[in-house]
Amino acid sequence: MARRDRLSGNEAVAEALRQIDPDVMPAFPITPSTEIPQYFSKFCANGQVHTEFIPVESEHSAMSAAIGAESAGARTVSATSSAGMAYMWEELYLASANRLPLVLALVNRALSGPININCDHSDSMGARDAGWIQIYAETNQEAYDNMVMAYRIAEAEGVHLPVMVCQDGFITSHAVQNILLMEDKEVKEFVGEYNPEHSLLDPNGVMSVGPYSITNYYMEARRAQAEALHNAKAVVKAVGEEFGRLTGRSYGWFEEYCMEDAEYAIVLIGSAAGTAKDAVDKLRAEGKKVGLIKIRMFRPFPGAEIAEALKNVKAVGLMDRTESFNDCAGPIGAEVSSALFRARHMCETINYVYGLGGRDVRVEDIEKVFEDLFDAAENGTADYYRYLGVRE
Amino acid sequence: MAYNFKETMNRPERLAPGHRMCAGCGGTIAVRNVLRALHEGDRAVIGNATGCLEVSTFTYPYVAYEDSYIHNAFENAGATMAGVEGAYNALKRAGKLPADQNTKFITFGGDGGTYDIGFQSLSGAMERNHDMVYVCYDNGAYMNTGIQRSSATPMFADTTTTPAGTQSNGKPQNRKDLATIIAAHDVPYVAQTTFQPNFKDLHTKAEKAIYTPGAAFLNIMAPCPRGWRYETQDIMEICRLGVETCYWPLFEVVEGKWILNYQPKNKLPIEDWLVKQGRFKHLFKKGNEYLIEAFQKEVDRRWEDLLKRCN
Repeated sequence: MARRDRLSGNEAVAEALRQIDPDVMPAFPITPSTEIPQYFSKFCANGQVHTEFIPVESEHSAMSAAIGAESAGARTVSATSSAGMAYMWEELYLASANRLPLVLALVNRALSGPININCDHSDSMGARDAGWIQIYAETNQEAYDNMVMAYRIAEAEGVHLPVMVCQDGFITSHAVQNILLMEDKEVKEFVGEYNPEHSLLDPNGVMSVGPYSITNYYMEARRAQAEALHNAKAVVKAVGEEFGRLTGRSYGWFEEYCMEDAEYAIVLIGSAAGTAKDAVDKLRAEGKKVGLIKIRMFRPFPGAEIAEALKNVKAVGLMDRTESFNDCAGPIGAEVSSALFRARHMCETINYVYGLGGRDVRVEDIEKVFEDLFDAAENGTADYYRYLGVRE
Repeated sequence: MAYNFKETMNRPERLAPGHRMCAGCGGTIAVRNVLRALHEGDRAVIGNATGCLEVSTFTYPYVAYEDSYIHNAFENAGATMAGVEGAYNALKRAGKLPADQNTKFITFGGDGGTYDIGFQSLSGAMERNHDMVYVCYDNGAYMNTGIQRSSATPMFADTTTTPAGTQSNGKPQNRKDLATIIAAHDVPYVAQTTFQPNFKDLHTKAEKAIYTPGAAFLNIMAPCPRGWRYETQDIMEICRLGVETCYWPLFEVVEGKWILNYQPKNKLPIEDWLVKQGRFKHLFKKGNEYLIEAFQKEVDRRWEDLLKRCN
């Protein structure tokens, strides 16, 4: 039986972690993810979990210790945001290259500077090519559900990769929403026991982690890692479907909202999808054929499937909550455009940068995006990379 | 049990031969002799900061360690091993490891990975008092990248980033006293040692470090023939002179108590140690006597300081 509750996104993720009861959690506080290790420490202090909590002296050490712990055969989790993730940078690559199925609760926050504690996706989008599986949430419920599913994906045979469970800083991490929680027993059964084939502490053998690898092996290692990320795609879907059978909340690679007959669409990630859905509803009531795609899994990137879902649109708004500083496109802009080209679907695209540093995105802003798309479909546009909601 | 040189040296090697470290390297002597202090039947996870030791002992697909081994990166050997030790505690609690499994956690770093880039990670691991040993094999420079100065490099040493030249006498600064800094973390065991003829000092300290519950730190002077520019067969003599000149005193800090393990009957002048090493060659040029005097003064100051602490 599901339990009804009202929790912030951070509380929801901490609650999922209590139910999962991981072996090790090294963590360092940083706004807005601080509450996750903070709530979790309370569970440790009250004996509600068996977890070894390691209060490290930095995020670099948090990910370093997580790598050590996971290599030793322990189910491991950490949490961070923004500069904390930037400080982990080198270690993110090592976690994936060593094929360690650890989980990072990432509460998205803008990277400095100027220093800003509010939401955008510059932290995780910067790490999009670090070899991690990335899953994003629109709501607190999704953040909770994604955390419950994370280890099933990470530890799956043929995957063995770390998973970043992302949610929007303050917007979901601190805002309280109604939520349905699973029973502890249900979560434990769904997640299952972690029994790695090899580990540093294997009582029956030894293992070595982190070799120096010269030219004649490095490329094969990278290729094998790329294949594991490819394998994750089917696993994310299968786990999302199994979760749906259990809870009634099914998850795929992305959510299509009013896309069946849509001629104009936007593609985005995270909490802004809630606002955008309101805009879609409003325009639909006016008879406009608009729709929305909310990407849940950004890595691996389901490009062909997104292109397929967009095959009938005349114009699409690609919404990036980060500035990529390349003078041409944000991550969603670049990847979706590339997928559309591969599918030979030549609709108009406009790439928007929005919501940086917590800048509010309102229903009217999204309506404005659709108005731009109506115009671009009619007249084309040379202005394909724009800012939304900025004072110019 | 009393130390028995022959018995100790005949123990099975836990660092197998065939690795790619240089002849006359102090790093592997340190590793082999620390690992000899593990009791028979005890398991170990060996950690390693990036450096010569790592790239030469775990070159895929070969590994020289008989025990489990983890290398993560340059600056995080302390934190990485903290995670391994944390995993051990959690898995033991959960009953997922045999109750009689006894695993020890020993991590090695050069002075670059320990004094400098890995200093924060080491400090954190020591302060949290993980049940582990951090061993620094201190060869006084970044040898793996080609002999660049570190904060462990002695004053006036000629390195590739502090070259002696017409306007420079080598490294201008004194070396950081890391053993003292770690002792200030109030960990249960800190010791400084090097290779002495019967290896008793190193062996005893390694055993204490491994079997003292909580965090322990060993600082081992481990000469590098490339960086120090000595004949490989001279390594033991250089270590002996390091101790006899009081450049590298042998001491321990046990539960905060400072203990001097060896006091030379006749403290030798520092020239005796310096002259064996090409990195100090410029100190022996005519007119540079004042540099040796300055070096001697610094050795004396630190030695007097240590004597005060140990009294």
